[in-house]
Amino acid sequence: MADDLELRFERTVQAESRIEPRDWMPDGYRKTLIRQIAQHAHSEIIGMQPEGNWISRAPSLRRKAILLAKVQDEAGHGLYLYSATETLGADREDLTTKLIEGRQKYSSIFNYPTLTFADVGVIGWLVDGAAICNQVPLCRTSYGPYARAMIRICKEESFHQRQGYELLMTMMRGTQQQRDMVQDSVNRWWWPALMMFGPPDAESTNTEQSMAWRIKRDTNDELRQKFVNMSVPQAEALGVAFPDPELKWNEERGQYDFGSPDWDEFWQVVKGGGVCNEQRIAHRRKAHEDGAWVREAAAAHAAKQAVKEGAA
Amino acid sequence: MSTSWPLWEVFVRGKRGLNHVHVGSLHAPDAEMALRNARDVYTRRNEGVSIWVVPAAAITASSPDEKDPFFAPAGDKVYRHPTFYAIPEDVPHL
Ligand SMILES: [Fe+2]
Ligand SMILES: [Fe+2]
Repeated sequence: MADDLELRFERTVQAESRIEPRDWMPDGYRKTLIRQIAQHAHSEIIGMQPEGNWISRAPSLRRKAILLAKVQDEAGHGLYLYSATETLGADREDLTTKLIEGRQKYSSIFNYPTLTFADVGVIGWLVDGAAICNQVPLCRTSYGPYARAMIRICKEESFHQRQGYELLMTMMRGTQQQRDMVQDSVNRWWWPALMMFGPPDAESTNTEQSMAWRIKRDTNDELRQKFVNMSVPQAEALGVAFPDPELKWNEERGQYDFGSPDWDEFWQVVKGGGVCNEQRIAHRRKAHEDGAWVREAAAAHAAKQAVKEGAA
Repeated sequence: MSTSWPLWEVFVRGKRGLNHVHVGSLHAPDAEMALRNARDVYTRRNEGVSIWVVPAAAITASSPDEKDPFFAPAGDKVYRHPTFYAIPEDVPHL
Protein backbone atom coordinates (compact mmCIF):
# COMPACT_ATOMS: atom_id res chain seq x y z
CA MET A 1 0.00 0.00 0.00
CA ALA A 2 2.74 2.46 1.00
CA ASP A 3 4.68 1.57 -2.14
CA ASP A 4 1.55 2.13 -4.11
CA LEU A 5 1.12 5.64 -2.73
CA GLU A 6 4.76 6.47 -3.27
CA LEU A 7 4.56 5.27 -6.84
CA ARG A 8 1.49 7.37 -7.48
CA PHE A 9 3.25 10.41 -5.98
CA GLU A 10 6.34 9.90 -8.11
CA ARG A 11 4.34 9.38 -11.28
CA THR A 12 2.33 12.52 -10.64
CA VAL A 13 5.48 14.59 -10.14
CA GLN A 14 7.25 13.11 -13.15
CA ALA A 15 4.25 13.72 -15.37
CA GLU A 16 4.48 17.44 -14.47
CA SER A 17 1.10 17.16 -12.83
CA ARG A 18 0.46 18.74 -9.42
CA ILE A 19 0.43 17.33 -5.92
CA GLU A 20 -2.55 18.70 -4.00
CA PRO A 21 -2.95 19.14 -0.22
CA ARG A 22 -4.88 15.94 0.51
CA ASP A 23 -2.63 13.71 -1.60
CA TRP A 24 -0.20 11.36 0.04
CA MET A 25 3.36 12.76 -0.04
CA PRO A 26 6.70 11.67 1.43
CA ASP A 27 7.54 13.26 4.79
CA GLY A 28 10.72 14.76 3.39
CA TYR A 29 8.79 16.45 0.60
CA ARG A 30 6.36 17.98 3.09
CA LYS A 31 9.10 19.13 5.47
CA THR A 32 11.31 20.57 2.76
CA LEU A 33 8.37 22.41 1.21
CA ILE A 34 7.24 23.88 4.54
CA ARG A 35 10.78 25.13 5.18
CA GLN A 36 11.21 26.50 1.67
CA ILE A 37 7.81 28.21 1.44
CA ALA A 38 8.04 29.60 4.98
CA GLN A 39 11.48 31.04 4.26
CA HIS A 40 10.04 32.62 1.15
CA ALA A 41 7.05 34.00 3.08
CA HIS A 42 9.34 35.44 5.77
CA SER A 43 11.41 37.12 3.02
CA GLU A 44 8.34 38.87 1.64
CA ILE A 45 7.36 40.09 5.12
CA ILE A 46 10.84 41.20 6.22
CA GLY A 47 11.34 42.63 2.72
CA MET A 48 8.75 45.30 3.51
CA GLN A 49 11.15 46.98 5.93
CA PRO A 50 14.02 48.29 3.76
CA GLU A 51 11.58 50.00 1.40
CA GLY A 52 9.07 50.91 4.09
CA ASN A 53 11.93 53.00 5.45
CA TRP A 54 11.39 55.46 2.56
CA ILE A 55 7.60 55.71 2.41
CA SER A 56 7.38 58.79 4.61
CA ARG A 57 10.26 60.45 2.76
CA ALA A 58 9.29 59.68 -0.86
CA PRO A 59 9.89 62.86 -2.90
CA SER A 60 6.39 63.14 -4.39
CA LEU A 61 2.85 61.97 -3.76
CA ARG A 62 3.09 59.80 -6.89
CA ARG A 63 6.21 58.02 -5.65
CA LYS A 64 4.72 57.63 -2.19
CA ALA A 65 1.53 56.04 -3.53
CA ILE A 66 3.56 53.66 -5.73
CA LEU A 67 5.88 52.67 -2.90
CA LEU A 68 2.96 52.10 -0.53
CA ALA A 69 1.27 49.86 -3.09
CA LYS A 70 4.47 47.90 -3.63
CA VAL A 71 5.11 47.35 0.07
CA GLN A 72 1.45 46.33 0.51
CA ASP A 73 1.92 43.81 -2.32
CA GLU A 74 4.86 42.27 -0.46
CA ALA A 75 2.63 41.79 2.58
CA GLY A 76 0.14 40.07 0.28
CA HIS A 77 2.88 37.82 -1.12
CA GLY A 78 3.83 36.78 2.38
CA LEU A 79 0.20 35.95 3.14
CA TYR A 80 -0.32 33.87 -0.04
CA LEU A 81 2.74 31.87 0.91
CA TYR A 82 1.86 31.39 4.59
CA SER A 83 -1.52 30.21 3.36
CA ALA A 84 0.24 27.64 1.13
CA THR A 85 2.28 26.32 4.09
CA GLU A 86 -0.92 25.81 6.05
CA THR A 87 -2.23 23.41 3.39
CA LEU A 88 0.79 21.28 4.34
CA GLY A 89 -0.17 21.27 8.01
CA ALA A 90 2.06 24.13 9.20
CA ASP A 91 0.74 26.52 11.83
CA ARG A 92 1.05 30.22 11.12
CA GLU A 93 1.61 31.26 14.73
CA ASP A 94 4.38 28.74 14.90
CA LEU A 95 6.05 30.07 11.74
CA THR A 96 5.92 33.65 13.04
CA THR A 97 7.45 32.50 16.31
CA LYS A 98 10.21 30.67 14.47
CA LEU A 99 10.97 33.80 12.45
CA ILE A 100 11.21 36.15 15.41
CA GLU A 101 13.24 33.65 17.39
CA GLY A 102 15.67 33.34 14.50
CA ARG A 103 14.97 29.64 13.99
CA GLN A 104 13.87 30.13 10.37
CA LYS A 105 15.63 32.25 7.80
CA TYR A 106 14.66 34.85 5.24
CA SER A 107 16.57 36.16 2.22
CA SER A 108 19.84 37.81 3.27
CA ILE A 109 19.35 40.67 0.83
CA PHE A 110 17.03 42.36 3.33
CA ASN A 111 19.82 42.67 5.86
CA TYR A 112 21.39 45.45 3.83
CA PRO A 113 20.40 49.05 4.63
CA THR A 114 18.57 51.44 2.27
CA LEU A 115 20.75 54.55 2.48
CA THR A 116 19.28 56.76 -0.26
CA PHE A 117 16.06 57.05 -2.23
CA ALA A 118 17.89 55.60 -5.25
CA ASP A 119 17.93 52.34 -3.29
CA VAL A 120 14.15 52.14 -3.74
CA GLY A 121 14.65 52.16 -7.51
CA VAL A 122 17.57 49.75 -7.47
CA ILE A 123 15.72 47.32 -5.20
CA GLY A 124 12.76 47.31 -7.59
CA TRP A 125 15.01 46.83 -10.60
CA LEU A 126 17.63 44.37 -9.29
CA VAL A 127 16.24 42.79 -6.13
CA ASP A 128 12.71 42.27 -7.42
CA GLY A 129 14.32 41.42 -10.78
CA ALA A 130 16.39 38.65 -9.21
CA ALA A 131 13.34 37.49 -7.26
CA ILE A 132 11.40 37.26 -10.54
CA CYS A 133 14.19 35.10 -12.05
CA ASN A 134 13.96 32.81 -9.04
CA GLN A 135 10.18 32.74 -8.99
CA VAL A 136 9.06 32.35 -12.59
CA PRO A 137 10.24 28.70 -12.76
CA LEU A 138 8.43 28.03 -9.47
CA CYS A 139 5.11 28.74 -11.17
CA ARG A 140 5.62 25.16 -12.49
CA THR A 141 6.59 23.67 -9.16
CA SER A 142 5.02 20.31 -8.28
CA TYR A 143 3.00 21.44 -5.26
CA GLY A 144 -0.29 22.97 -6.43
CA PRO A 145 -0.91 25.65 -3.77
CA TYR A 146 2.72 26.82 -4.00
CA ALA A 147 2.60 27.01 -7.80
CA ARG A 148 -0.65 28.97 -7.70
CA ALA A 149 0.75 31.40 -5.13
CA MET A 150 3.81 31.91 -7.33
CA ILE A 151 1.64 32.70 -10.35
CA ARG A 152 -0.17 35.46 -8.45
CA ILE A 153 3.12 36.77 -7.10
CA CYS A 154 4.87 36.84 -10.47
CA LYS A 155 2.02 38.82 -12.01
CA GLU A 156 2.45 41.48 -9.34
CA GLU A 157 6.25 41.49 -9.38
CA SER A 158 6.39 42.86 -12.87
CA PHE A 159 4.95 46.16 -11.56
CA HIS A 160 7.61 46.15 -8.85
CA GLN A 161 10.47 45.86 -11.28
CA ARG A 162 9.11 48.37 -13.76
CA GLN A 163 8.39 51.06 -11.16
CA GLY A 164 11.97 50.70 -9.91
CA TYR A 165 13.49 51.00 -13.35
CA GLU A 166 11.26 53.95 -14.22
CA LEU A 167 12.29 55.68 -10.97
CA LEU A 168 15.96 55.23 -11.91
CA MET A 169 15.40 56.51 -15.46
CA THR A 170 13.87 59.63 -13.95
CA MET A 171 16.85 60.13 -11.64
CA MET A 172 19.30 59.56 -14.50
CA ARG A 173 17.64 62.41 -16.41
CA GLY A 174 18.16 64.66 -13.36
CA THR A 175 21.28 66.29 -11.94
CA GLN A 176 24.80 64.85 -11.83
CA GLN A 177 24.30 64.37 -8.11
CA GLN A 178 21.25 62.22 -8.76
CA ARG A 179 23.10 60.15 -11.37
CA ASP A 180 25.93 59.60 -8.90
CA MET A 181 23.40 58.53 -6.32
CA VAL A 182 22.03 55.89 -8.71
CA GLN A 183 25.50 54.57 -9.55
CA ASP A 184 26.44 54.42 -5.87
CA SER A 185 23.30 52.45 -5.13
CA VAL A 186 23.98 50.04 -8.01
CA ASN A 187 27.50 49.55 -6.66
CA ARG A 188 26.13 48.55 -3.26
CA TRP A 189 23.30 46.27 -4.45
CA TRP A 190 24.77 44.43 -7.45
CA TRP A 191 26.73 41.79 -5.53
CA PRO A 192 24.09 41.15 -2.87
CA ALA A 193 21.55 40.75 -5.72
CA LEU A 194 23.74 38.06 -7.30
CA MET A 195 23.95 36.32 -3.93
CA MET A 196 20.14 36.03 -3.89
CA PHE A 197 20.45 32.92 -6.08
CA GLY A 198 22.28 31.13 -3.29
CA PRO A 199 25.74 29.58 -3.09
CA PRO A 200 27.47 28.13 -6.17
CA ASP A 201 26.08 24.78 -7.36
CA ALA A 202 29.21 22.96 -6.18
CA GLU A 203 28.49 23.98 -2.58
CA SER A 204 24.74 23.81 -2.70
CA THR A 205 23.23 20.93 -0.72
CA ASN A 206 19.85 19.29 -1.41
CA THR A 207 19.71 20.57 -4.98
CA GLU A 208 19.41 17.12 -6.52
CA GLN A 209 16.52 15.93 -4.37
CA SER A 210 14.68 19.22 -4.76
CA MET A 211 15.09 19.09 -8.53
CA ALA A 212 13.73 15.52 -8.60
CA TRP A 213 10.74 16.68 -6.54
CA ARG A 214 10.28 19.62 -8.92
CA ILE A 215 10.34 22.11 -6.05
CA LYS A 216 13.46 23.62 -7.54
CA ARG A 217 13.55 23.86 -11.31
CA ASP A 218 16.93 25.39 -12.17
CA THR A 219 20.25 25.42 -10.33
CA ASN A 220 21.55 28.52 -8.53
CA ASP A 221 24.29 29.13 -11.10
CA GLU A 222 21.91 28.75 -14.05
CA LEU A 223 19.56 31.34 -12.60
CA ARG A 224 22.41 33.69 -11.69
CA GLN A 225 23.74 33.56 -15.25
CA LYS A 226 20.29 34.22 -16.65
CA PHE A 227 19.91 37.25 -14.38
CA VAL A 228 23.28 38.70 -15.43
CA ASN A 229 22.42 38.21 -19.11
CA MET A 230 19.13 40.04 -18.63
CA SER A 231 20.51 42.85 -16.50
CA VAL A 232 23.50 44.01 -18.55
CA PRO A 233 21.53 45.53 -21.45
CA GLN A 234 19.19 47.16 -18.91
CA ALA A 235 22.17 48.78 -17.18
CA GLU A 236 23.48 50.02 -20.53
CA ALA A 237 20.12 51.56 -21.40
CA LEU A 238 20.05 53.23 -18.01
CA GLY A 239 23.63 54.49 -18.27
CA VAL A 240 25.08 52.79 -15.19
CA ALA A 241 27.89 50.26 -14.82
CA PHE A 242 28.00 47.14 -12.66
CA PRO A 243 30.97 47.09 -10.25
CA ASP A 244 32.58 44.01 -11.80
CA PRO A 245 35.79 44.31 -13.86
CA GLU A 246 35.39 40.72 -15.04
CA LEU A 247 31.98 41.34 -16.56
CA LYS A 248 32.19 40.93 -20.33
CA TRP A 249 30.40 39.25 -23.22
CA ASN A 250 31.71 35.79 -24.08
CA GLU A 251 31.13 35.24 -27.78
CA GLU A 252 31.78 31.52 -27.55
CA ARG A 253 29.34 30.85 -24.72
CA GLY A 254 26.82 33.37 -25.96
CA GLN A 255 26.60 34.63 -22.37
CA TYR A 256 28.25 37.17 -20.11
CA ASP A 257 31.24 36.14 -18.03
CA PHE A 258 31.21 37.68 -14.58
CA GLY A 259 33.14 37.69 -11.32
CA SER A 260 32.35 35.79 -8.17
CA PRO A 261 30.46 37.43 -5.30
CA ASP A 262 32.21 37.54 -1.94
CA TRP A 263 30.87 34.29 -0.49
CA ASP A 264 32.49 34.94 2.88
CA GLU A 265 30.35 38.03 3.19
CA PHE A 266 27.32 36.00 2.10
CA TRP A 267 27.80 33.41 4.84
CA GLN A 268 28.52 36.09 7.41
CA VAL A 269 25.21 37.80 6.64
CA VAL A 270 23.34 34.47 6.59
CA LYS A 271 24.72 33.71 10.04
CA GLY A 272 23.42 36.99 11.41
CA GLY A 273 26.38 39.30 10.88
CA GLY A 274 24.78 41.66 8.35
CA VAL A 275 24.30 45.36 9.02
CA CYS A 276 20.55 45.05 9.65
CA ASN A 277 19.89 41.47 10.83
CA GLU A 278 19.14 42.46 14.40
CA GLN A 279 17.12 45.50 13.47
CA ARG A 280 14.91 43.56 11.03
CA ILE A 281 14.02 40.86 13.53
CA ALA A 282 13.59 43.31 16.41
CA HIS A 283 11.19 45.34 14.27
CA ARG A 284 9.18 42.27 13.27
CA ARG A 285 9.03 41.12 16.87
CA LYS A 286 7.85 44.52 18.07
CA ALA A 287 5.14 44.71 15.40
CA HIS A 288 3.94 41.25 16.43
CA GLU A 289 3.96 42.01 20.14
CA ASP A 290 2.40 45.46 19.74
CA GLY A 291 -0.39 43.85 17.73
CA ALA A 292 -1.23 41.30 20.41
CA TRP A 293 -3.96 43.39 22.06
CA VAL A 294 -5.62 43.96 18.67
CA ARG A 295 -5.71 40.24 17.94
CA GLU A 296 -7.13 39.54 21.38
CA ALA A 297 -9.71 42.32 21.22
CA ALA A 298 -10.92 41.20 17.80
CA ALA A 299 -11.23 37.61 18.99
CA ALA A 300 -13.14 38.73 22.11
CA HIS A 301 -15.46 40.87 19.99
CA ALA A 302 -16.12 37.94 17.63
CA ALA A 303 -16.88 35.64 20.57
CA LYS A 304 -19.29 38.17 22.08
CA GLN A 305 -20.99 38.70 18.72
CA ALA A 306 -21.42 34.95 18.28
CA VAL A 307 -23.08 34.64 21.70
CA LYS A 308 -25.44 37.53 20.86
CA GLU A 309 -26.42 35.94 17.57
CA GLY A 310 -26.97 32.62 19.28
CA ALA A 311 -29.31 34.31 21.79
CA ALA A 312 -31.32 36.21 19.18
CA MET B 1 -4.89 34.76 26.12
CA SER B 2 -3.33 33.15 23.12
CA THR B 3 -6.02 32.80 20.51
CA SER B 4 -5.17 32.21 16.94
CA TRP B 5 -7.99 33.34 14.66
CA PRO B 6 -9.83 30.65 12.69
CA LEU B 7 -8.91 29.88 9.09
CA TRP B 8 -11.24 30.94 6.26
CA GLU B 9 -11.17 29.74 2.68
CA VAL B 10 -11.67 32.51 0.13
CA PHE B 11 -13.57 32.25 -3.16
CA VAL B 12 -13.69 35.08 -5.69
CA ARG B 13 -16.03 35.69 -8.62
CA GLY B 14 -13.76 37.24 -11.23
CA LYS B 15 -16.57 38.90 -13.14
CA ARG B 16 -20.29 38.57 -13.69
CA GLY B 17 -21.12 35.31 -15.44
CA LEU B 18 -18.30 33.33 -13.82
CA ASN B 19 -18.33 30.99 -10.83
CA HIS B 20 -16.64 31.82 -7.56
CA VAL B 21 -13.19 30.21 -7.63
CA HIS B 22 -11.03 29.26 -4.66
CA VAL B 23 -8.05 31.64 -4.38
CA GLY B 24 -6.52 30.84 -0.99
CA SER B 25 -7.15 31.25 2.70
CA LEU B 26 -6.63 33.67 5.56
CA HIS B 27 -7.11 34.03 9.29
CA ALA B 28 -9.75 36.35 10.73
CA PRO B 29 -11.75 36.57 13.98
CA ASP B 30 -15.13 36.56 12.24
CA ALA B 31 -16.81 36.45 8.84
CA GLU B 32 -16.99 40.19 8.41
CA MET B 33 -13.29 40.69 9.08
CA ALA B 34 -12.52 37.71 6.87
CA LEU B 35 -14.33 39.46 4.00
CA ARG B 36 -12.47 42.72 4.56
CA ASN B 37 -9.13 40.98 4.77
CA ALA B 38 -9.94 38.91 1.69
CA ARG B 39 -10.61 42.10 -0.23
CA ASP B 40 -7.19 43.49 0.74
CA VAL B 41 -5.25 40.27 0.25
CA TYR B 42 -6.87 38.75 -2.83
CA THR B 43 -8.46 41.60 -4.82
CA ARG B 44 -5.98 44.48 -4.84
CA ARG B 45 -6.26 44.74 -8.63
CA ASN B 46 -9.98 44.35 -9.34
CA GLU B 47 -9.65 40.56 -9.46
CA GLY B 48 -13.21 40.13 -8.30
CA VAL B 49 -16.75 41.47 -8.12
CA SER B 50 -17.85 39.21 -5.28
CA ILE B 51 -16.14 37.29 -2.48
CA TRP B 52 -17.22 34.29 -0.43
CA VAL B 53 -15.49 33.37 2.80
CA VAL B 54 -16.14 29.96 4.33
CA PRO B 55 -14.78 28.62 7.64
CA ALA B 56 -12.18 26.06 6.56
CA ALA B 57 -13.49 23.71 9.25
CA ALA B 58 -16.93 23.72 7.59
CA ILE B 59 -15.70 22.25 4.31
CA THR B 60 -16.17 18.56 3.65
CA ALA B 61 -13.97 17.18 0.89
CA SER B 62 -13.63 13.86 -0.82
CA SER B 63 -10.35 12.26 0.13
CA PRO B 64 -7.83 11.16 -2.47
CA ASP B 65 -7.92 7.58 -1.29
CA GLU B 66 -11.55 7.46 -2.33
CA LYS B 67 -10.74 9.22 -5.54
CA ASP B 68 -11.42 6.37 -7.90
CA PRO B 69 -14.82 5.23 -6.67
CA PHE B 70 -15.96 8.78 -5.90
CA PHE B 71 -15.23 10.11 -9.36
CA ALA B 72 -15.81 6.85 -11.19
CA PRO B 73 -19.35 7.69 -12.35
CA ALA B 74 -17.88 10.54 -14.42
CA GLY B 75 -14.89 8.51 -15.55
CA ASP B 76 -16.81 6.06 -17.70
CA LYS B 77 -19.13 8.58 -19.32
CA VAL B 78 -16.83 9.99 -21.98
CA TYR B 79 -19.89 10.75 -24.06
CA ARG B 80 -20.43 13.73 -21.79
CA HIS B 81 -17.48 15.46 -23.43
CA PRO B 82 -17.83 17.20 -26.76
CA THR B 83 -14.65 15.60 -28.10
CA PHE B 84 -16.42 12.19 -27.94
CA TYR B 85 -18.24 13.04 -31.16
CA ALA B 86 -16.47 12.93 -34.52
CA ILE B 87 -17.70 15.77 -36.68
CA PRO B 88 -16.38 16.36 -40.23
CA GLU B 89 -14.01 19.30 -40.30
CA ASP B 90 -15.90 21.20 -42.97
CA VAL B 91 -18.99 21.56 -40.77
CA PRO B 92 -18.65 25.06 -39.28
CA HIS B 93 -19.48 26.41 -35.83
CA LEU B 94 -19.53 23.10 -33.94
FE1 LIG C 1 7.21 39.91 -3.45
FE1 LIG D 1 8.33 42.52 -5.12
